[in-house]
Amino acid sequence: MDAKELFVQGNEACALGALAAGCRFFAGYPITPSTEIAEVMSRKLPTVGGHFVQMEDEISAIGAIIGASWGGQKVVTATSGPGISLMQENIGYAVITETPIVLINMQRGSPSTGQPTRSAQADMMQVKWGSHGDYETIALAPSSVQECFDYTIKAFNLAEEYRCPVFVMADEIVGHMREKITIPEKIEITPRQMPEKTDNYLPFDAQDDSTTPMPSFASGFDIHVTGLTHDERGYPSTDDPEVHSKLVTRLCNKITSKRNDMALIETEFMDDAEIAIISYGIPSRSALTAVKKARAEGLKVGYIKLGVVWPFPEETLLDLTSNVKKIIVPELNLGQVYLEVDRVLGKNAEVELVSKIGGALITPDEILEKIMGDD
Amino acid sequence: MRKELRIGGFGGQGVLMCGIIIAKAASLYDNMFAVQTQSYGPEARGGASRTEIVISDETVDYPKVEHPEIFVAMSHEALIKYIDDISQGALLLVDPDLVYLDEIQDIIDDKKLTCYTSDATRQAQDEIGLKIVANIVMLGSFVKATGLISEESARKAILDSVPKGTEDMNIKAFEQGMKIVEKIN
Repeated sequence: MDAKELFVQGNEACALGALAAGCRFFAGYPITPSTEIAEVMSRKLPTVGGHFVQMEDEISAIGAIIGASWGGQKVVTATSGPGISLMQENIGYAVITETPIVLINMQRGSPSTGQPTRSAQADMMQVKWGSHGDYETIALAPSSVQECFDYTIKAFNLAEEYRCPVFVMADEIVGHMREKITIPEKIEITPRQMPEKTDNYLPFDAQDDSTTPMPSFASGFDIHVTGLTHDERGYPSTDDPEVHSKLVTRLCNKITSKRNDMALIETEFMDDAEIAIISYGIPSRSALTAVKKARAEGLKVGYIKLGVVWPFPEETLLDLTSNVKKIIVPELNLGQVYLEVDRVLGKNAEVELVSKIGGALITPDEILEKIMGDD
Repeated sequence: MRKELRIGGFGGQGVLMCGIIIAKAASLYDNMFAVQTQSYGPEARGGASRTEIVISDETVDYPKVEHPEIFVAMSHEALIKYIDDISQGALLLVDPDLVYLDEIQDIIDDKKLTCYTSDATRQAQDEIGLKIVANIVMLGSFVKATGLISEESARKAILDSVPKGTEDMNIKAFEQGMKIVEKIN
Protein backbone atom coordinates (compact mmCIF):
# COMPACT_ATOMS: atom_id res chain seq x y z
CA MET A 1 0.00 0.00 0.00
CA ASP A 2 1.30 3.47 -0.88
CA ALA A 3 1.59 6.12 1.81
CA LYS A 4 -1.55 8.21 1.83
CA GLU A 5 -2.52 11.57 3.26
CA LEU A 6 -6.09 12.15 4.41
CA PHE A 7 -7.92 14.96 6.16
CA VAL A 8 -10.29 13.22 8.56
CA GLN A 9 -11.94 13.22 11.99
CA GLY A 10 -10.43 11.39 14.96
CA ASN A 11 -13.32 8.94 14.94
CA GLU A 12 -12.70 8.10 11.30
CA ALA A 13 -8.97 7.72 12.01
CA CYS A 14 -9.76 5.19 14.78
CA ALA A 15 -11.88 3.17 12.35
CA LEU A 16 -9.17 3.31 9.67
CA GLY A 17 -6.58 2.27 12.26
CA ALA A 18 -8.69 -0.71 13.29
CA LEU A 19 -9.05 -1.82 9.67
CA ALA A 20 -5.32 -1.34 9.04
CA ALA A 21 -4.56 -3.46 12.13
CA GLY A 22 -6.52 -6.33 10.61
CA CYS A 23 -9.79 -5.90 12.49
CA ARG A 24 -12.56 -7.74 10.68
CA PHE A 25 -15.35 -7.73 13.29
CA PHE A 26 -17.16 -4.83 14.93
CA ALA A 27 -20.12 -5.15 17.25
CA GLY A 28 -21.51 -2.10 18.96
CA TYR A 29 -24.36 0.12 19.89
CA PRO A 30 -23.83 3.61 18.42
CA ILE A 31 -23.45 6.36 21.01
CA THR A 32 -22.44 10.01 20.83
CA PRO A 33 -19.62 11.03 20.47
CA SER A 34 -18.29 7.76 19.01
CA THR A 35 -21.03 7.10 16.42
CA GLU A 36 -18.89 7.94 13.37
CA ILE A 37 -16.65 4.96 14.19
CA ALA A 38 -19.64 2.62 13.83
CA GLU A 39 -20.68 4.45 10.65
CA VAL A 40 -17.29 4.00 9.00
CA MET A 41 -16.96 0.39 10.14
CA SER A 42 -20.44 -0.46 8.87
CA ARG A 43 -19.52 0.88 5.42
CA LYS A 44 -15.99 -0.51 5.19
CA LEU A 45 -16.01 -3.88 6.96
CA PRO A 46 -18.28 -5.64 4.42
CA THR A 47 -15.93 -4.50 1.62
CA VAL A 48 -12.94 -6.31 3.16
CA GLY A 49 -14.69 -9.54 4.08
CA GLY A 50 -15.44 -8.47 7.62
CA HIS A 51 -18.61 -8.26 9.66
CA PHE A 52 -20.40 -5.35 11.30
CA VAL A 53 -23.17 -6.08 13.79
CA GLN A 54 -25.30 -3.43 15.43
CA MET A 55 -26.33 -5.04 18.71
CA GLU A 56 -29.32 -4.33 20.94
CA ASP A 57 -27.08 -2.78 23.62
CA GLU A 58 -23.50 -2.54 24.86
CA ILE A 59 -23.74 -5.67 27.02
CA SER A 60 -24.35 -7.80 23.97
CA ALA A 61 -21.83 -5.77 21.95
CA ILE A 62 -18.92 -6.78 24.16
CA GLY A 63 -20.28 -10.34 24.33
CA ALA A 64 -20.23 -10.47 20.54
CA ILE A 65 -16.66 -9.22 20.19
CA ILE A 66 -15.41 -11.65 22.85
CA GLY A 67 -17.08 -14.48 20.93
CA ALA A 68 -15.68 -13.29 17.60
CA SER A 69 -12.21 -13.00 19.11
CA TRP A 70 -12.44 -16.69 20.13
CA GLY A 71 -13.59 -17.29 16.56
CA GLY A 72 -10.14 -16.11 15.49
CA GLN A 73 -10.93 -12.52 14.51
CA LYS A 74 -9.38 -9.24 15.57
CA VAL A 75 -12.28 -7.32 17.07
CA VAL A 76 -13.29 -3.88 18.26
CA THR A 77 -16.20 -2.02 19.75
CA ALA A 78 -16.59 1.75 20.05
CA THR A 79 -18.60 3.51 22.69
CA SER A 80 -18.57 6.23 25.34
CA GLY A 81 -18.71 6.19 29.15
CA PRO A 82 -22.31 4.94 29.49
CA GLY A 83 -21.49 2.03 27.18
CA ILE A 84 -18.30 1.17 29.08
CA SER A 85 -20.39 1.07 32.27
CA LEU A 86 -22.66 -1.55 30.74
CA MET A 87 -19.67 -3.55 29.50
CA GLN A 88 -17.96 -3.89 32.86
CA GLU A 89 -18.96 -7.46 33.67
CA ASN A 90 -17.67 -8.79 30.37
CA ILE A 91 -14.49 -6.69 30.59
CA GLY A 92 -13.65 -8.86 33.62
CA TYR A 93 -14.66 -11.92 31.61
CA ALA A 94 -12.25 -10.92 28.81
CA VAL A 95 -9.53 -10.41 31.43
CA ILE A 96 -9.87 -13.84 33.05
CA THR A 97 -10.38 -15.68 29.75
CA GLU A 98 -7.43 -13.76 28.23
CA THR A 99 -9.42 -12.59 25.23
CA PRO A 100 -7.84 -9.88 23.04
CA ILE A 101 -10.44 -7.15 22.50
CA VAL A 102 -10.10 -3.45 21.69
CA LEU A 103 -12.54 -0.94 23.16
CA ILE A 104 -12.56 2.64 21.93
CA ASN A 105 -14.00 5.03 24.51
CA MET A 106 -14.77 8.50 23.14
CA GLN A 107 -15.13 10.04 26.58
CA ARG A 108 -17.90 12.56 27.22
CA GLY A 109 -19.21 14.52 30.20
CA SER A 110 -20.39 12.22 32.96
CA PRO A 111 -21.51 10.55 35.31
CA SER A 112 -24.50 8.77 33.80
CA THR A 113 -25.64 10.10 30.42
CA GLY A 114 -24.07 13.43 31.43
CA GLN A 115 -23.03 15.60 28.48
CA PRO A 116 -23.27 13.56 25.28
CA THR A 117 -21.71 16.21 23.06
CA ARG A 118 -18.95 17.50 25.31
CA SER A 119 -15.48 16.28 26.13
CA ALA A 120 -14.11 14.73 29.34
CA GLN A 121 -11.40 12.39 30.56
CA ALA A 122 -13.40 11.21 33.53
CA ASP A 123 -13.40 7.47 32.73
CA MET A 124 -9.67 7.00 33.32
CA MET A 125 -10.10 5.25 36.65
CA GLN A 126 -13.18 3.36 35.47
CA VAL A 127 -11.15 1.42 32.90
CA LYS A 128 -8.70 0.49 35.62
CA TRP A 129 -11.13 -0.43 38.39
CA GLY A 130 -14.62 -0.69 36.86
CA SER A 131 -15.02 -4.46 36.79
CA HIS A 132 -14.81 -6.47 39.99
CA GLY A 133 -11.67 -8.19 41.15
CA ASP A 134 -7.93 -7.72 40.91
CA TYR A 135 -7.04 -7.14 37.29
CA GLU A 136 -5.02 -4.99 34.92
CA THR A 137 -5.86 -3.60 31.51
CA ILE A 138 -4.01 -1.45 29.01
CA ALA A 139 -5.19 2.08 28.11
CA LEU A 140 -3.85 4.47 25.48
CA ALA A 141 -4.79 8.15 25.15
CA PRO A 142 -4.54 9.81 21.72
CA SER A 143 -4.06 13.59 21.55
CA SER A 144 -4.34 14.07 17.79
CA VAL A 145 -6.09 12.59 14.79
CA GLN A 146 -2.84 10.93 13.71
CA GLU A 147 -2.57 9.33 17.16
CA CYS A 148 -6.17 8.11 16.86
CA PHE A 149 -4.95 6.11 13.87
CA ASP A 150 -1.58 5.08 15.31
CA TYR A 151 -2.77 4.24 18.83
CA THR A 152 -5.71 2.17 17.59
CA ILE A 153 -3.24 0.02 15.64
CA LYS A 154 -1.02 -0.10 18.72
CA ALA A 155 -4.04 -1.16 20.82
CA PHE A 156 -4.66 -4.13 18.52
CA ASN A 157 -1.00 -5.14 18.70
CA LEU A 158 -0.96 -4.91 22.50
CA ALA A 159 -4.22 -6.88 22.73
CA GLU A 160 -2.63 -9.70 20.73
CA GLU A 161 0.63 -9.58 22.65
CA TYR A 162 -0.90 -9.51 26.13
CA ARG A 163 -4.27 -11.18 25.44
CA CYS A 164 -6.33 -8.68 27.39
CA PRO A 165 -8.82 -5.84 26.86
CA VAL A 166 -7.08 -2.73 25.52
CA PHE A 167 -8.77 0.66 25.68
CA VAL A 168 -8.28 3.62 23.37
CA MET A 169 -9.25 6.43 25.76
CA ALA A 170 -9.97 9.29 23.38
CA ASP A 171 -12.48 12.08 23.97
CA GLU A 172 -15.13 14.10 22.15
CA ILE A 173 -12.65 16.80 21.08
CA VAL A 174 -10.13 14.51 19.45
CA GLY A 175 -12.94 12.32 18.07
CA HIS A 176 -14.61 15.16 16.20
CA MET A 177 -11.62 17.30 15.31
CA ARG A 178 -10.22 17.05 11.80
CA GLU A 179 -6.51 17.01 10.93
CA LYS A 180 -4.28 15.56 8.29
CA ILE A 181 -3.11 12.02 8.86
CA THR A 182 -0.46 10.07 7.05
CA ILE A 183 -1.11 6.39 6.52
CA PRO A 184 2.34 4.90 6.08
CA GLU A 185 3.25 2.39 3.40
CA LYS A 186 4.20 -0.24 5.94
CA ILE A 187 2.36 -0.78 9.20
CA GLU A 188 3.66 -3.04 11.93
CA ILE A 189 0.98 -5.57 12.81
CA THR A 190 1.07 -8.27 15.49
CA PRO A 191 -0.71 -11.26 13.99
CA ARG A 192 -2.84 -13.72 15.98
CA GLN A 193 -0.40 -16.43 17.02
CA MET A 194 -1.99 -19.86 16.96
CA PRO A 195 -0.53 -22.48 19.27
CA GLU A 196 0.94 -25.72 18.03
CA LYS A 197 -1.31 -28.76 18.14
CA THR A 198 0.19 -31.27 20.57
CA ASP A 199 -1.04 -34.26 22.56
CA ASN A 200 -2.38 -33.20 25.96
CA TYR A 201 -2.51 -29.57 24.78
CA LEU A 202 -2.96 -27.12 27.69
CA PRO A 203 -4.43 -23.82 26.44
CA PHE A 204 -3.73 -21.83 29.62
CA ASP A 205 -0.34 -23.28 30.52
CA ALA A 206 1.55 -19.97 30.71
CA GLN A 207 4.80 -19.11 32.44
CA ASP A 208 4.71 -16.53 35.26
CA ASP A 209 4.20 -12.95 34.02
CA SER A 210 3.22 -14.05 30.53
CA THR A 211 0.47 -15.49 28.40
CA THR A 212 0.16 -18.23 25.78
CA PRO A 213 -0.64 -18.22 22.06
CA MET A 214 -4.41 -18.15 21.64
CA PRO A 215 -6.25 -21.01 19.97
CA SER A 216 -9.60 -20.40 18.28
CA PHE A 217 -12.84 -22.30 18.14
CA ALA A 218 -13.42 -24.67 15.25
CA SER A 219 -9.77 -25.07 14.40
CA GLY A 220 -9.10 -28.45 15.96
CA PHE A 221 -8.30 -27.53 19.55
CA ASP A 222 -10.15 -28.92 22.54
CA ILE A 223 -10.72 -25.75 24.50
CA HIS A 224 -12.95 -24.75 27.34
CA VAL A 225 -13.37 -21.05 28.15
CA THR A 226 -14.83 -19.98 31.46
CA GLY A 227 -15.09 -16.95 33.71
CA LEU A 228 -14.53 -19.23 36.69
CA THR A 229 -11.04 -19.58 38.07
CA HIS A 230 -9.48 -22.25 35.87
CA ASP A 231 -6.44 -24.45 35.65
CA GLU A 232 -4.02 -24.90 32.74
CA ARG A 233 -6.61 -26.95 30.88
CA GLY A 234 -9.15 -24.14 31.14
CA TYR A 235 -11.36 -26.24 33.43
CA PRO A 236 -12.98 -24.66 36.48
CA SER A 237 -10.93 -25.06 39.63
CA THR A 238 -12.61 -22.82 42.14
CA ASP A 239 -11.60 -24.31 45.48
CA ASP A 240 -7.85 -24.44 45.33
CA PRO A 241 -6.31 -21.20 46.70
CA GLU A 242 -3.09 -21.89 44.84
CA VAL A 243 -4.74 -22.18 41.43
CA HIS A 244 -6.59 -18.91 41.97
CA SER A 245 -3.58 -17.07 43.31
CA LYS A 246 -1.37 -18.29 40.47
CA LEU A 247 -3.89 -17.36 37.77
CA VAL A 248 -4.89 -13.91 39.00
CA THR A 249 -1.33 -12.94 39.91
CA ARG A 250 -0.16 -13.97 36.45
CA LEU A 251 -2.98 -12.04 34.74
CA CYS A 252 -1.91 -8.87 36.58
CA ASN A 253 1.84 -9.41 36.33
CA LYS A 254 1.84 -10.18 32.62
CA ILE A 255 0.87 -6.50 32.21
CA THR A 256 2.46 -4.65 35.15
CA SER A 257 5.83 -6.31 34.65
CA LYS A 258 5.96 -4.76 31.15
CA ARG A 259 4.77 -1.29 32.21
CA ASN A 260 8.00 0.43 31.22
CA ASP A 261 8.42 -1.58 28.01
CA MET A 262 5.05 -0.60 26.62
CA ALA A 263 5.12 3.07 27.72
CA LEU A 264 4.74 5.48 24.82
CA ILE A 265 6.33 8.54 26.35
CA GLU A 266 7.13 11.74 24.48
CA THR A 267 9.20 14.45 26.11
CA GLU A 268 10.24 18.00 25.23
CA PHE A 269 12.59 20.36 27.10
CA MET A 270 13.16 17.88 29.96
CA ASP A 271 16.99 18.13 30.06
CA ASP A 272 17.20 20.98 32.57
CA ALA A 273 13.53 21.10 33.63
CA GLU A 274 12.67 22.06 37.19
CA ILE A 275 8.94 21.91 36.53
CA ALA A 276 7.36 19.13 34.45
CA ILE A 277 3.88 18.94 32.95
CA ILE A 278 2.70 15.34 32.75
CA SER A 279 -0.26 15.03 30.42
CA TYR A 280 -2.16 12.50 28.33
CA GLY A 281 -4.77 12.85 25.62
CA ILE A 282 -6.07 16.16 24.30
CA PRO A 283 -4.83 18.44 27.16
CA SER A 284 -1.31 17.50 26.03
CA ARG A 285 -1.81 19.98 23.18
CA SER A 286 -2.49 22.75 25.71
CA ALA A 287 0.43 21.57 27.85
CA LEU A 288 2.94 21.76 25.01
CA THR A 289 1.79 25.28 24.08
CA ALA A 290 2.10 26.31 27.75
CA VAL A 291 5.58 24.80 28.03
CA LYS A 292 6.77 26.61 24.89
CA LYS A 293 5.37 29.90 26.23
CA ALA A 294 7.09 29.31 29.59
CA ARG A 295 10.39 28.52 27.87
CA ALA A 296 10.08 31.77 25.92
CA GLU A 297 9.96 33.49 29.33
CA GLY A 298 13.11 31.64 30.35
CA LEU A 299 11.39 29.25 32.74
CA LYS A 300 12.81 25.74 33.04
CA VAL A 301 9.68 23.79 32.26
CA GLY A 302 9.48 20.42 30.52
CA TYR A 303 6.79 18.33 28.86
CA ILE A 304 6.01 14.65 29.34
CA LYS A 305 3.18 13.02 27.43
CA LEU A 306 1.91 9.55 28.30
CA GLY A 307 0.70 7.61 25.25
CA VAL A 308 -0.01 4.54 27.39
CA VAL A 309 -1.58 5.61 30.69
CA TRP A 310 -2.28 2.12 32.06
CA PRO A 311 -0.17 0.33 33.06
CA PHE A 312 1.44 3.39 34.60
CA PRO A 313 5.13 3.60 33.62
CA GLU A 314 6.34 4.17 37.19
CA GLU A 315 10.10 3.62 36.95
CA THR A 316 10.46 5.49 33.64
CA LEU A 317 8.68 8.51 35.11
CA LEU A 318 10.73 8.39 38.33
CA ASP A 319 13.84 8.44 36.21
CA LEU A 320 12.63 11.26 33.93
CA THR A 321 11.62 13.51 36.82
CA SER A 322 14.50 12.84 39.23
CA ASN A 323 15.58 16.51 39.10
CA VAL A 324 12.11 18.01 38.94
CA LYS A 325 10.72 19.98 41.90
CA LYS A 326 7.17 20.49 40.73
CA ILE A 327 4.89 18.39 38.54
CA ILE A 328 1.64 19.66 37.02
CA VAL A 329 -1.05 17.29 35.74
CA PRO A 330 -3.74 18.82 33.48
CA GLU A 331 -6.82 16.67 32.95
CA LEU A 332 -10.50 16.99 32.02
CA ASN A 333 -11.83 15.56 35.29
CA LEU A 334 -11.64 16.42 38.98
CA GLY A 335 -8.34 14.61 39.49
CA GLN A 336 -7.79 10.99 38.42
CA VAL A 337 -4.41 10.27 36.81
CA TYR A 338 -3.18 13.09 39.05
CA LEU A 339 -3.66 10.70 41.99
CA GLU A 340 -1.47 8.09 40.33
CA VAL A 341 1.21 10.67 39.50
CA ASP A 342 1.13 11.81 43.13
CA ARG A 343 1.37 8.22 44.41
CA VAL A 344 4.40 7.46 42.26
CA LEU A 345 6.23 10.80 42.07
CA GLY A 346 4.82 12.73 45.03
CA LYS A 347 7.66 11.77 47.38
CA ASN A 348 10.22 13.63 45.27
CA ALA A 349 8.21 16.51 43.85
CA GLU A 350 5.21 18.63 44.61
CA VAL A 351 2.34 17.41 42.38
CA GLU A 352 -0.40 19.83 41.35
CA LEU A 353 -3.60 19.36 39.39
CA VAL A 354 -5.06 21.59 36.67
CA SER A 355 -8.62 20.36 36.48
CA LYS A 356 -11.45 21.31 34.16
CA ILE A 357 -14.85 19.74 33.61
CA GLY A 358 -17.88 20.84 31.62
CA GLY A 359 -16.63 20.17 28.14
CA ALA A 360 -14.14 22.87 27.20
CA LEU A 361 -10.44 22.15 26.75
CA ILE A 362 -7.96 23.40 29.34
CA THR A 363 -6.28 26.47 27.84
CA PRO A 364 -2.51 26.95 27.70
CA ASP A 365 -2.89 30.02 29.95
CA GLU A 366 -4.60 27.96 32.66
CA ILE A 367 -1.55 25.68 32.76
CA LEU A 368 0.80 28.65 32.52
CA GLU A 369 -0.81 30.18 35.62
CA LYS A 370 -0.05 27.00 37.55
CA ILE A 371 3.52 27.03 36.23
CA MET A 372 3.99 30.59 37.49
CA GLY A 373 2.49 29.57 40.85
CA ASP A 374 4.04 31.47 43.75
CA ASP A 375 7.56 31.53 42.29
CA MET B 1 2.38 32.16 11.75
CA ARG B 2 -0.74 30.94 13.52
CA LYS B 3 -4.11 32.11 12.16
CA GLU B 4 -7.37 31.47 13.97
CA LEU B 5 -10.62 31.59 12.05
CA ARG B 6 -14.27 31.03 12.75
CA ILE B 7 -17.26 30.56 10.45
CA GLY B 8 -20.76 30.85 11.90
CA GLY B 9 -24.24 30.48 10.48
CA PHE B 10 -27.51 28.57 10.78
CA GLY B 11 -27.28 24.83 11.26
CA GLY B 12 -27.80 23.33 7.80
CA GLN B 13 -26.30 26.26 5.86
CA GLY B 14 -23.09 24.39 5.19
CA VAL B 15 -20.68 26.41 7.32
CA LEU B 16 -19.15 23.17 8.53
CA MET B 17 -18.47 21.97 4.99
CA CYS B 18 -17.03 25.39 4.16
CA GLY B 19 -14.64 25.09 7.12
CA ILE B 20 -13.62 21.54 6.26
CA ILE B 21 -12.77 22.59 2.70
CA ILE B 22 -10.63 25.51 3.93
CA ALA B 23 -8.73 23.32 6.41
CA LYS B 24 -8.34 20.53 3.90
CA ALA B 25 -7.01 22.93 1.27
CA ALA B 26 -4.49 24.33 3.74
CA SER B 27 -3.24 20.99 5.07
CA LEU B 28 -3.37 18.71 2.04
CA TYR B 29 -2.58 21.15 -0.77
CA ASP B 30 -0.91 24.27 0.67
CA ASN B 31 1.58 22.37 2.87
CA MET B 32 0.37 24.10 6.00
CA PHE B 33 -0.86 22.60 9.26
CA ALA B 34 -4.57 22.87 10.01
CA VAL B 35 -7.01 21.73 12.67
CA GLN B 36 -10.76 22.02 12.20
CA THR B 37 -13.23 21.79 15.09
CA GLN B 38 -16.93 22.51 15.27
CA SER B 39 -19.87 23.16 17.52
CA TYR B 40 -21.41 19.77 17.99
CA GLY B 41 -24.81 19.15 19.46
CA PRO B 42 -28.47 19.99 19.05
CA GLU B 43 -27.52 23.49 17.82
CA ALA B 44 -25.93 21.95 14.76
CA ARG B 45 -29.45 21.16 13.52
CA GLY B 46 -30.80 24.70 13.42
CA GLY B 47 -29.91 27.72 15.51
CA ALA B 48 -26.38 29.08 15.48
CA SER B 49 -23.69 26.67 14.37
CA ARG B 50 -19.99 27.24 13.95
CA THR B 51 -16.73 25.75 12.84
CA GLU B 52 -13.27 26.90 13.84
CA ILE B 53 -9.97 26.39 12.12
CA VAL B 54 -6.39 26.97 13.13
CA ILE B 55 -3.94 27.26 10.24
CA SER B 56 -0.21 27.49 10.84
CA ASP B 57 3.13 27.00 9.09
CA GLU B 58 4.22 24.82 12.03
CA THR B 59 2.55 22.02 13.99
CA VAL B 60 -0.62 23.21 15.69
CA ASP B 61 -0.31 22.36 19.39
CA TYR B 62 -3.33 23.96 21.06
CA PRO B 63 -6.11 23.08 18.61
CA LYS B 64 -8.83 25.50 19.69
CA VAL B 65 -9.57 29.04 18.58
CA GLU B 66 -9.38 31.63 21.36
CA HIS B 67 -9.45 34.98 19.51
CA PRO B 68 -10.36 34.63 15.84
CA GLU B 69 -8.50 36.86 13.42
CA ILE B 70 -10.97 36.03 10.69
CA PHE B 71 -14.71 35.66 11.30
CA VAL B 72 -17.17 34.72 8.58
CA ALA B 73 -20.82 35.19 9.61
CA MET B 74 -23.70 33.82 7.55
CA SER B 75 -26.46 34.57 10.07
CA HIS B 76 -27.21 37.40 12.47
CA GLU B 77 -27.63 35.05 15.41
CA ALA B 78 -24.17 33.55 14.79
CA LEU B 79 -22.66 37.02 14.32
CA ILE B 80 -23.96 38.21 17.69
CA LYS B 81 -23.31 34.95 19.51
CA TYR B 82 -19.73 34.43 18.34
CA ILE B 83 -18.22 37.89 17.94
CA ASP B 84 -17.33 38.70 21.55
CA ASP B 85 -13.86 37.21 21.67
CA ILE B 86 -12.83 38.43 18.20
CA SER B 87 -9.25 39.63 17.95
CA GLN B 88 -8.24 43.30 17.59
CA GLY B 89 -7.95 44.25 13.89
CA ALA B 90 -9.67 41.07 12.75
CA LEU B 91 -11.22 40.56 9.33
CA LEU B 92 -15.01 40.22 9.31
CA LEU B 93 -16.79 38.77 6.28
CA VAL B 94 -20.59 38.68 6.29
CA ASP B 95 -23.56 37.97 4.06
CA PRO B 96 -25.18 41.44 4.24
CA ASP B 97 -28.66 40.08 3.49
CA LEU B 98 -28.55 37.91 6.62
CA VAL B 99 -26.96 40.17 9.23
CA TYR B 100 -27.50 43.69 10.59
CA LEU B 101 -23.98 45.08 10.66
CA ASP B 102 -25.11 48.36 12.25
CA GLU B 103 -26.00 46.42 15.41
CA ILE B 104 -22.32 45.68 15.98
CA GLN B 105 -20.95 49.03 14.78
CA ASP B 106 -19.50 49.68 18.25
CA ILE B 107 -17.55 46.39 18.13
CA ILE B 108 -16.37 47.15 14.59
CA ASP B 109 -15.07 50.54 15.77
CA ASP B 110 -13.72 49.33 19.08
CA LYS B 111 -11.87 46.31 17.67
CA LYS B 112 -10.97 48.14 14.42
CA LEU B 113 -12.40 45.34 12.29
CA THR B 114 -11.90 45.29 8.54
CA CYS B 115 -15.28 44.40 7.04
CA TYR B 116 -16.09 42.59 3.81
CA THR B 117 -19.49 41.67 2.42
CA SER B 118 -20.54 38.90 0.08
CA ASP B 119 -24.23 38.40 -0.67
CA ALA B 120 -23.51 34.70 -1.08
CA THR B 121 -27.03 33.42 -0.44
CA ARG B 122 -28.67 35.75 -2.98
CA GLN B 123 -25.95 35.01 -5.56
CA ALA B 124 -26.30 31.26 -5.02
CA GLN B 125 -30.03 31.53 -5.68
CA ASP B 126 -29.94 34.02 -8.58
CA GLU B 127 -26.68 33.22 -10.38
CA ILE B 128 -26.15 29.53 -9.69
CA GLY B 129 -29.82 28.63 -9.30
CA LEU B 130 -29.38 26.70 -6.06
CA LYS B 131 -29.38 28.28 -2.62
CA ILE B 132 -27.51 25.39 -0.97
CA VAL B 133 -24.24 26.37 -2.64
CA ALA B 134 -24.19 29.66 -0.70
CA ASN B 135 -21.44 28.18 1.49
CA ILE B 136 -19.22 27.63 -1.55
CA VAL B 137 -19.94 31.13 -2.84
CA MET B 138 -18.83 32.36 0.60
CA LEU B 139 -15.74 30.18 0.35
CA GLY B 140 -14.79 31.96 -2.88
CA SER B 141 -15.26 35.31 -1.13
CA PHE B 142 -13.18 34.08 1.79
CA VAL B 143 -10.28 33.09 -0.47
CA LYS B 144 -10.37 36.44 -2.29
CA ALA B 145 -10.67 38.52 0.88
CA THR B 146 -8.11 36.72 3.05
CA GLY B 147 -5.60 35.11 0.68
CA LEU B 148 -5.07 32.58 3.48
CA ILE B 149 -5.31 29.59 1.16
CA SER B 150 -4.47 29.51 -2.52
CA GLU B 151 -7.21 29.53 -5.12
CA GLU B 152 -5.85 26.37 -6.68
CA SER B 153 -5.83 24.45 -3.39
CA ALA B 154 -9.36 25.61 -2.65
CA ARG B 155 -10.53 24.27 -6.01
CA LYS B 156 -8.86 20.90 -5.36
CA ALA B 157 -10.39 20.68 -1.88
CA ILE B 158 -13.84 21.54 -3.25
CA LEU B 159 -13.58 18.79 -5.85
CA ASP B 160 -12.52 16.35 -3.08
CA SER B 161 -15.44 17.25 -0.86
CA VAL B 162 -18.60 17.85 -2.87
CA PRO B 163 -20.94 15.08 -4.09
CA LYS B 164 -20.22 13.56 -7.50
CA GLY B 165 -22.11 15.30 -10.26
CA THR B 166 -22.13 18.69 -8.49
CA GLU B 167 -18.52 19.64 -9.24
CA ASP B 168 -19.21 22.15 -12.03
CA MET B 169 -21.93 23.92 -10.09
CA ASN B 170 -19.72 24.21 -7.01
CA ILE B 171 -16.74 25.52 -8.96
CA LYS B 172 -19.06 28.08 -10.58
CA ALA B 173 -20.30 29.05 -7.10
CA PHE B 174 -16.70 29.41 -5.90
CA GLU B 175 -15.80 31.65 -8.85
CA GLN B 176 -18.88 33.78 -8.30
CA GLY B 177 -17.84 34.26 -4.68
CA MET B 178 -14.40 35.44 -5.75
CA LYS B 179 -16.04 38.08 -7.94
CA ILE B 180 -18.60 39.56 -5.61
CA VAL B 181 -16.73 40.14 -2.35
CA GLU B 182 -16.45 43.82 -1.38
CA LYS B 183 -14.45 45.64 1.25
CA ILE B 184 -16.71 48.16 2.92
CA ASN B 185 -14.53 50.11 5.34
